[in-house]
Amino acid sequence: MSRYRNLIALLLGLSLLVFLTTAVIAQDERPVSDDEVNEIARELYCPICENVPLDVCPTQACEDWRELIREYISKGWSAEEIKDYFSAQYGWNVLSVPPRTGLNWIIYIIPPFIFVGGLVIIIVLIRKGKRNQQLLNANLGELDVPVTDVFLDRVDRDLKGEDQDG
Amino acid sequence: MSTIQASPDYGMGMNPLLRHPGMVVHPPMLYLGFVGFIIPFAYAIATLIKGWNDDEWIRATRKWSLSAWLFLSIGLVLGSRWAYDVLGWGGYWGWDPVEVSALMPWLTGTAFLHSSLIQEKRGVFKHWNITLIILTFCLVIVGTFLTRSGMLSSVHAFSQSAIGPSFFVFTTFILIASLVLLGYRWSRLNTGFQIKSYFSRESFFLFNNLIFVAIFLICMVGVLFPIFSELVTGQQVTVGPPFYKKATGPLFAMLLLLMGAVPLSAWSASTGKSLGKNIWKPAIISLVFPVVTLALGTRDWGAVIALWVVFLSICVTLYDYGRSVKINSDTNQCSIWKSFWRMTSRNRRRYGAYIIHIGVALMGLGIIGIEFFQSQTQVTVKKNESIEISGYTLTYNDLKIDDTLEDRETARAEISITKGDREIGWLYPAREYYYMAQQSVTTPGLRSTLIDDLYIILVDWLPVSSEGATFKVYRNPLVIWLWIGTVVMVIGTMLALWPKHQRVKPEANL
Repeated sequence: MSRYRNLIALLLGLSLLVFLTTAVIAQDERPVSDDEVNEIARELYCPICENVPLDVCPTQACEDWRELIREYISKGWSAEEIKDYFSAQYGWNVLSVPPRTGLNWIIYIIPPFIFVGGLVIIIVLIRKGKRNQQLLNANLGELDVPVTDVFLDRVDRDLKGEDQDG
Repeated sequence: MSTIQASPDYGMGMNPLLRHPGMVVHPPMLYLGFVGFIIPFAYAIATLIKGWNDDEWIRATRKWSLSAWLFLSIGLVLGSRWAYDVLGWGGYWGWDPVEVSALMPWLTGTAFLHSSLIQEKRGVFKHWNITLIILTFCLVIVGTFLTRSGMLSSVHAFSQSAIGPSFFVFTTFILIASLVLLGYRWSRLNTGFQIKSYFSRESFFLFNNLIFVAIFLICMVGVLFPIFSELVTGQQVTVGPPFYKKATGPLFAMLLLLMGAVPLSAWSASTGKSLGKNIWKPAIISLVFPVVTLALGTRDWGAVIALWVVFLSICVTLYDYGRSVKINSDTNQCSIWKSFWRMTSRNRRRYGAYIIHIGVALMGLGIIGIEFFQSQTQVTVKKNESIEISGYTLTYNDLKIDDTLEDRETARAEISITKGDREIGWLYPAREYYYMAQQSVTTPGLRSTLIDDLYIILVDWLPVSSEGATFKVYRNPLVIWLWIGTVVMVIGTMLALWPKHQRVKPEANL
């Protein structure tokens, strides 16, 4: 008999624990403002529309998804967790940028590679030109045309209508 | 041919989203911009076919290239204005694939305009200029192909058609044929010219071209990657604004910096020392603006640097313009205004370009305003309740629903705006629902000043009993300068394009 009593006491205790935990979690759920929802929705795209960010999409479906974001924020989910959830549910196309993994690295590597590569080519070209110029002017000293002369000369040519650049 | 007996009484009409004044002008402007580039392209191809090595094609098509660029610029800005007024996103540019596709030929076209100037002045960069114009023309067709084929997911995809495959074949043929021709004539275009200084105008133009082409390639990667990803892995991805902003933002700032330095550099002979001597005065003046920004409480260093670069560019251009006018006025003993008129009219291309650069810098100011200083909030309020944003108080007074119109229902809110204790105006954000198209269109309430725009969207409204409505409010600082800058840029381009007055000498033996 006492064994049953202990079992009942244990079950009651567990029920109380579950009830209290739920009550505490429910108390933790706080009101979430539209601004907090939009902060995350701005970085997501509507899964069904044509390239429309979730924060500005006027469809009922997007309204429901924004409410889902509100619910998860109130449950304490972080922005990353919510984005991961949407990405797992609807695919990577709901994210405003592809995650840094696999083939997606292409878009993160190519831009700096292009710029640095171009810069190196230009610097090599100019260095080559400078070296050749120095060889030619070896006996003439450094090339430094007085600024004022260059400028006055240009104004003069402007007035004569000769220097048509722009 | 036969007459259809039963014709519909009432059509759907134009897509409600496209019923905007800008849409009357935007498509023809973009079209003129796109097709205009066929002139320099055709001349370049003719030059290659004939095997000529001179720069005549550049000179002959200079005005055509500039005109095409002008129309394309106007088309892009009008499209942005449409997005600002109609889409109700609080901004003017969403880095949508169709927007980016239209921007790409503008980027390479702008690089071509600068680079062709070096060929005209120094007879160099012949390969590069032909490559750029081939690229620009092909991008015009590629952009049309991507937009009309339905390959891209876009808010601007208003008219998809089955033209895709034919367009693809045509584009591929044009690109391959042009490049083969260029390769065939490559050796004939060699000039042996070398750049002698990092600080010469040629170098700056080269750096300018590098940046324009880098931005173009970033855009290209951003537009094509989703297609590539789906083809290779079957995975759909979106490449949105965060990617473009991070990748292109610093490059646009570098372009503005170069724009500031170029007017004070000289062809060939400029050195770091000579450039420094020229630039230090306007550079110091330009520092006033970031200092003021810091004093006003801005702690975003990206914004401070961007503002400095914009003002450096404006200060340098005005400084160079001003001292040319002053020297001419002193030398010829004429008034400043007369001197200004003489200098400007005698070298329209140079001073037209200066005005274009000032316009672009002002546009930069508008972009910085919205990118760095935009604030927004979304709130549901009852009647006579207020929303606070950046010192403004917006009070929701009323909502009127009009369902008497034949084609649509309109909900229009009335909002009073006060700043401090002073009422400064009323705004009427609205939302229209078109029955036939089953589409709702947002009409933001907009109040523009030189300092900022207040932009209010009616997001939703509650049942009559609670008399509440949800509004999204944006404060967009400085954005008006984007439109003012465009007008300045157009004026500058018109000046640069204005034909030179030819004085015809009377014949001696008449």
